[in-house]
Amino acid sequence: MTILLALLATILHAALMLGAAPLLSGIVRSVKARLLGRVGPPPLQPYRDLRRLIRKQPVIAENASWLFRAAPTASFAAMLAAAMLVPSFARGMTTAGLADLIVLAGLLTLARASVALAAMDVGTAFGGIGASRDTTFAVFAEPALILVFFTFALLVGTTNLDAVLSALRDGTLGLRVSLALVVIALMALAVAENGRIPVDNPATHLELTMVHEAMALEYSGRYLALIELGAALRLLLWVTLIGAIMLPFGMADAGRAPSLWLVGVVLWAVKTVMLGIVLAVFESSIAKMRVFRVPEFLGVAVLLGLLAVVFLFISQGFA
Amino acid sequence: MTGFALPALASLSAVLLLLGLAPDRRAGLIATGGLCGAAGLLTLAYLLAGAPAATLPLPVGLPGSGMTFGIDGLSAWFLLLVFWLGAAASVAALDQDSGKTAPAFPLFIAGMALTLLAADGFALVFGFELMSVASFVLVLTQAEDAAARAAALLYLGMAVLGAACLVPAFALLGGGSFAAMRAHPPDGWRAAAVLALVLIGAGSKAGFAPLHVWLPPAHATAPSHVSALMSGAMTKVGLYVVIRFLLDLCGPAQPLWWAIPLLAVGAGGAVLGALRANMEVDLKLVLACSTVENLGLMAIGLGVALAARATDLTALAALGLTGTLLHAMAHGTFKGLLFLGAGAVQHHAGTRSLARLGGLIHRMPVTTAAMLAGAAGLAALPPTGGFAGEWTLFQAIIAAPHVGGLGFQLVTCVVAALMALAAALAAAAAIRLIGIGFLGRPRSPRAAAATEPGAPMRSALIGLAGVTGIIGLFPGTVLALADPALRALLPGRGIAARSLLLLAPQPDAPGYVAVGIAALLGLAAGAIILAMRGRVMAGHATSPAWDCGFGAPPPWLPFGDPATQYGAASFAQPLRRTLAGALLAARQTLDMPPPGDTRPALYSETDADPADAGLFQPGARMREAASGFVDRMQFLTIRRTLVVMFSVLVLFLAAVAVLQQT
Repeated sequence: MTILLALLATILHAALMLGAAPLLSGIVRSVKARLLGRVGPPPLQPYRDLRRLIRKQPVIAENASWLFRAAPTASFAAMLAAAMLVPSFARGMTTAGLADLIVLAGLLTLARASVALAAMDVGTAFGGIGASRDTTFAVFAEPALILVFFTFALLVGTTNLDAVLSALRDGTLGLRVSLALVVIALMALAVAENGRIPVDNPATHLELTMVHEAMALEYSGRYLALIELGAALRLLLWVTLIGAIMLPFGMADAGRAPSLWLVGVVLWAVKTVMLGIVLAVFESSIAKMRVFRVPEFLGVAVLLGLLAVVFLFISQGFA
Repeated sequence: MTGFALPALASLSAVLLLLGLAPDRRAGLIATGGLCGAAGLLTLAYLLAGAPAATLPLPVGLPGSGMTFGIDGLSAWFLLLVFWLGAAASVAALDQDSGKTAPAFPLFIAGMALTLLAADGFALVFGFELMSVASFVLVLTQAEDAAARAAALLYLGMAVLGAACLVPAFALLGGGSFAAMRAHPPDGWRAAAVLALVLIGAGSKAGFAPLHVWLPPAHATAPSHVSALMSGAMTKVGLYVVIRFLLDLCGPAQPLWWAIPLLAVGAGGAVLGALRANMEVDLKLVLACSTVENLGLMAIGLGVALAARATDLTALAALGLTGTLLHAMAHGTFKGLLFLGAGAVQHHAGTRSLARLGGLIHRMPVTTAAMLAGAAGLAALPPTGGFAGEWTLFQAIIAAPHVGGLGFQLVTCVVAALMALAAALAAAAAIRLIGIGFLGRPRSPRAAAATEPGAPMRSALIGLAGVTGIIGLFPGTVLALADPALRALLPGRGIAARSLLLLAPQPDAPGYVAVGIAALLGLAAGAIILAMRGRVMAGHATSPAWDCGFGAPPPWLPFGDPATQYGAASFAQPLRRTLAGALLAARQTLDMPPPGDTRPALYSETDADPADAGLFQPGARMREAASGFVDRMQFLTIRRTLVVMFSVLVLFLAAVAVLQQT
């Protein structure tokens, strides 16, 4: 029974993540438009975009190889697999045993690498620019990410995300300076990983400043739909992860009491929308930075991660 | 069965020694491959049978004491890699012009096998030097090239340094057989001296920083099937010697600070190697630099194992060592694959400069697919073997603060951050390698006319890719073969039991389930394909690349305007500006003539490995100065010669007098 319930929760989680991902992008987009004094598209616009893209026949560059056609599927599969590892409304899902934080980082790298390779497949300048910049940003983001994982492992004793979230929810860890530092570092990483302002501008039309958009320039039709849905899923994944770590309350148990799931789903939705609005406000209040300033931005995240770990060493006398 | 393994392996190695004399080179290669395959299967059977340790004294060797050979779990684990890669490299070599390498190639494999089978100091140094000399001859294959001669000379110097360090290291341990050395482990300054000598002597062979400078040019210059063995197997033999000394021969009780040099060397080498891999333009130099990075990661695992052993945390020591062994196997396999693929590219696309390649995915589909599998391991993407190895190493460093002491804990968190930096840099290098070399448009007519290599090379590539996949999907099963090694090195203290499908840092903890992740990925991909099938508009239309409206190229540029495609240097430019300026002293100068001047604009960039500038160049200068001094001493006038001899005599007598008084 418990196993079946967990499986049901996992399927529900997959459906929720896939279904809600475009909505979150839409909400962020329309809140940003409102903040800038525009009416902006309705929050449901991304769904219409996706439906239109899936219906259209893709046009592919003449010298594109099989890799170009396979990459959107590979990237989206990696993102979906990663999304299955981050609990939204309930812990203890069927995938809980797989949900290692380093594996999560690996899956995100897999998604990024597939798109970066596809960007270079046609041999255009913009694809190369995007791939080169995206991998450079990842180089600076990875140390910060590992230090964040390091902090969790010191606190909980494992890098399993489900175990970390359970420990956070049960409140056994208490309030800690390190956790606050880690959440700020994670937010900076989320901004960089999702290509939001100030690192990259998801709404840009100026080719020279593009990073993520530049890599998808040659895509159209259902391939572009997969890439866009993947990007939306990545945003939702990061927001869910930060929400679960920052506000760990209300997460249900997948193995029992489906009635409590509803509470979990509602709380997850509230957290996600709240963080989405925070992101929109942050994006509207800051200017995009030069590409070569991004390492400094991510360097702050690395320093925060280091501080978090060192605080733990000093405060706990950890041994 | 198992008692029979050691003599059989020893005699197979001896036959390999003789194979260099084979008159027909092709038959020699086939025999080498067959022998390696048989020996590999034998080693596998030995490991499956539980790998009981055995020794075999031979009457030949040093007068009076002979030589002792032996085998245990640790040496068998590395033998498996050497023989398996040796077989693949021999098969691949059939496809290429390998006439010049025929005599030394089996000798090289035999040298590695003898090093691994050695059970006394003499046999080990003998095998080690045989391996060094044979590979020196192989590096010198293209002797008409001045750069190859320089690389080979530097390599020979490092090989001599290796012997000069390993012989005194054995002397400090008391000499004789390994069993005798184990009975009297060193302590105090003696132990510290052994550590330093081993890190210099065997560590330089393994490519540990800062003695890694010889490695990229030597591995890039050798013929590709040799580079595959040098990078995939020989560096691991160096690693084996380090493990054998530090974890076995030096006894169980060594202080905690032993871990620090290994952690520092590992983290430094990992970052430097990975960064250089992003800067190099030669395909094989990129791969060789990433070897330095991966060996750095393995050194970190070894450092964690040493620290944990010093504080009696056996589970953590096992975790660190497991990471090192698993990554050694995974890296050996995918790096061998990548080097063989690079050889195929060199032969069939005419160059290994990334600046002249491109678009090979259309002309060499099998090679490109195999290179993709190898590069995925290089980038440590799940679910490849490279990811399994790095995952275990990350778990080891993350658990390392349990060793205690604030100073050590600070070291571990910095090392973890540097490891992550190196891993991300390696991923960038892998994307650059594939994206520039194999995707996009051809950058030279020769690359546009590339052809797929012959059947032997293709089968070697596919076979190695298959093994990489097996290590990636079933790391726990593969690690079951390393259990004898762990039991031999960390005796009787409860090694964490691993399930065959799972890698876990502790016995009861959730860990990394490679098959589960692969299944999840497969399910997701299958769902996408199903969802996309049956849409109104299946298939796709083709057109010239959109490229923001750049327009199709004119007919006299069949592969488009070369200047509009990102190249190897442009891809690396952001990293060069942000990281390499500080770490590799990368400088760029732009000479832009004023308008009206007809001079061409010149852009040049330089970078230097800090180990080269800080260690090797001063060393070379000191050697020059010393040889100049000796030159002058040789041609003194008779009066001065007499003065020198007389003063030396007086000094000597004075020293004797002083020493006798005290």
